[in-house]
Order: sequence, then C-alpha cells, then structure tokens
Amino acid sequence: MTNTIPTSADVIVVGGGLVGMAVAYGLAKAGTSTLVLDQGDDAFRASRGNFGLVWVQGKGFDRLEYSRWTRLSALAWPGLAEGLLRETDVDVRLKQPGGFHMCFSDNELAERQSRLAGMQAKLGDYPFEMLDQADLNARLPGIGPKVVGASYTPMDGHVNPLKLLRALHAGSRYHGATVLGRMSVERIEFLPGEFAVVTSQRRFTAPRIVLAAGLGNRALAEQVGLHAPVAPNRGQVLVSERVQSFLDYPTINVRQTDEGTVQLGDSMEEVGFNDLTTTDVLAKIAQRGVTTFPLLAGVRLVRAWGALRVMSPDGYPIYQQSDSHPGAFVVTCHSGVTLAAAHATRMAPWIRGGERPEELAVFAGERFLTGEVFSHAH
Amino acid sequence: MPTDSLFRRVDVDGSRLITVTFDDQPLQVPSGLTVAAALLLAGVRYFRTSPVSGEARAPYCMMGVCFECLVEINGVPSRQSCLIEVADGMRIRSQQGARDLPFTASEPVVMEVQP
Repeated sequence: MTNTIPTSADVIVVGGGLVGMAVAYGLAKAGTSTLVLDQGDDAFRASRGNFGLVWVQGKGFDRLEYSRWTRLSALAWPGLAEGLLRETDVDVRLKQPGGFHMCFSDNELAERQSRLAGMQAKLGDYPFEMLDQADLNARLPGIGPKVVGASYTPMDGHVNPLKLLRALHAGSRYHGATVLGRMSVERIEFLPGEFAVVTSQRRFTAPRIVLAAGLGNRALAEQVGLHAPVAPNRGQVLVSERVQSFLDYPTINVRQTDEGTVQLGDSMEEVGFNDLTTTDVLAKIAQRGVTTFPLLAGVRLVRAWGALRVMSPDGYPIYQQSDSHPGAFVVTCHSGVTLAAAHATRMAPWIRGGERPEELAVFAGERFLTGEVFSHAH
Repeated sequence: MPTDSLFRRVDVDGSRLITVTFDDQPLQVPSGLTVAAALLLAGVRYFRTSPVSGEARAPYCMMGVCFECLVEINGVPSRQSCLIEVADGMRIRSQQGARDLPFTASEPVVMEVQP
C-alpha cells in the first residue's frame, strides 16, 4: 500500500513534541493545512521525559508577562482537555485541584511567602495560601515532620503528559494535519514567498514554517534570521510501582499519576547533551520524596530516567517571527505541558498572518543579543 | 480464551518437590524455579489484577521488565515473581490492584535478582 505523502502545506511545523504538536493542533483546528516533520526516536524527546505538571505558582516572579501567560494557559487547559477527549477519545487526565510547594526550613518558607506576596501585589488576581505544619498536615495526611510548611495555590494541576502527546497527535490528525516521523531537517532554504524544508529523504515547501524543534531550534533558527540560543538542562525522574491513591494534589517534587505510580523529580543540572541518570542525584530525589512523604519509604522504584529541558538563557520562552525571513516563526520553551493550552489556542492566529498576541512581545529572541547576563535559577 | 500450558520442565532430575501456597491453596512445585515459573507449571493462570483496568493478568516477559507477574509473597506486595526463586513454605497471594500504603513489611525484603 502506498500513501501519498504531501510535500507542501500552508504551514510546516518542525518538531512533533508537545510544543510543535500543540501549535499544529491549533493550526489544523483553525482550518490550516498543516504538515509536521518529527525526528526519529534518536532525538532527545523532552516531551517523553517530563513530569506532567500544569504549574502556575511562583513562575515568572521577575517577568510578570510569563506569569500571566502561564496563568492564561492554565485557565484554557480544561477546554483543551475536553476538546481532545471529544475528538480523540484520549482522556489526558487533567486535574487542577491546586498544588503544594513544600518548604524544609523557616527561611525557605519566609522566602516563598515573600515571593508569592510580591507577585500577588503586582498581578492582583493571584490566590495563594501559606500553610504551617499543622495546616499542611490537615490538608495532606502523611506529610513528613521535616516539612515545616508549604505554599498552596488553587491555580496548579497536572496531567498525564504521555497521553497529552498522544492526544495532540491524534487531535492534529483529526483536524486534517499530516505528521511525518523520522524526518530530520537538514536545512531550510528561503525562496521568494516560500520556504523549502529539506530532509535527507525529501524536500517540503510552505509559505510559513514554525520551528518547534526543541534543542534543535538553536541551529535551525539561525538559517531563517531568528535567534534561539536554547541549551540543555537535565532533569532526572524516578517512578515507583503503582500504589493505592494517597496524594490528591500535585506538588513540585512528588506527584501520583492517575494510574497510581508516584513520580519524583525536580533536579536541574547543566551537563550538556548527557541525558543519562546518576546515582547521587537519584538518591537525593528519593530522599527528598521520602522526607516529604515518609510512607513512600518502602515503595519500590521501577523506572528512572534523565531528560533534557529546552532552556533559554533566562528560562523563559522564545516566540518570534523573523524580520528578515517573514513567515518563519520560532516557538520554544521548557514548559510544554503547562503552556500546551496557550500554544494550542493563541499561536495559530498569529502564525496564520494575524497580529502577534500582545503578551508575547517580551519573548522575542533578540533579548539575548544585548550582552546582558541571564540566569534561569528560579 | 482458555489456554493449555506451553511450559514443560526439561530438567526435572535433581530438583525436589517443595510446598508453597497460592491464595491459601497448597501447591507442590519443583525447587530451583522462579516463583512465576513454578506457579505457571502448577497451572496458575491468574496472578494479579491490573490497577488501571481491573483485568486479570499473568506473567509475560519472564525477565523482570513487564511487571505483569506481580504477586504478594510472605506478606510483601507487588513482588516480581519472575525474579524470585521459589522456596519451601512460601505464602503467595495474587496481587489485587495497586498495593496498599503505608507499607508494613513482615520480614526484610530481599531486592536482589535471583539466579
């Protein structure tokens, strides 16, 4: 059986991870003929290694546009989940009961309070509560004695990120998009009114392209006059055997999935393109998890992995259309789960030729050309 | 679909019969096997129920990867029966759904992979 593979579209999205597929889903749903070129399984695949939080609290404390963008996405998430369920029959298991950020010292708790209060003062609608040990014990039975308190906001949630990736693929196809795998983009040529995206196998053309290639964006962006200096940041994750439900809320470092496994994580390391695991970091993750929830002490761990976050110098996303190569866009961030709803709903009109969403002006890649030294230690 | 066992012990000589219980039923099985192999040889076809779907499950990979062979052994839940050598007097129970918390082990858990 031979399938006819399209070689042109209105928009080519380079990258079939959570970012590329959310954008492609939005485009296809809006009636755009969309072709996604995804790499093979030898790619770094951040979308297959992440933690699954739809997380708002504390994000963007020094870039409030990012707080607003994140919040907008969290608010749009129920609509995305419902749409995907209706169209694809995949339940991504979205739950947004609010989330906890545990603190292990009084100083940490005071800093947390100060950060969230500062954000609330500037943002207005930004609900949060600081909980001492007794409050926290009442909300989360099983919390360990070394946890001195926590922040809670009702804005946070989590999903099953693998089901989300699958649903976005199915949803994009449902709306008529074509997704081609094992397509590693070698170069992009700019022709009048058209881009040619060249892979080892064939050549695809479109008047508009979206670079959503994760760590691959750095090199691809340069070819179309964009600046996306993303670099890898490794996170390691532990996954336990399935246990009976004990945790109804996501937390920053421990969550229980809809199917009963416990995920533990939240490490950050600058180790280049090494996506392996290390015993010392995994031990710290496990220790912190057991300190948070002592009842996990006897639970077996069945999987561990490392995955590479796609991190810009300041940790915030890069959204930009090229000035020199109009029609070429870059979309890159490390919060592909949280921002999936924003990407699915807000990007398509811009990519189709409309105005750039106002809130995205600060996320142009040129901000990294000023010589300023950035830190994403947040 | 009912299935006949595809498992036949090829080196019965040299092993002795030992007694274990599975869901309180005594079973005579040869020594030197994994718990999963011993139970399959004894005709057990239903090891656990999936915590996700509730379906009945039985060993699949027999090499520690698929987690389909989980049973409770001597009070310790969710043990990979394909990695543990069967021993005389073992009390084995089918694993019903996800294991309970908090965890209380009745004896030390040996985590090493058995030969």
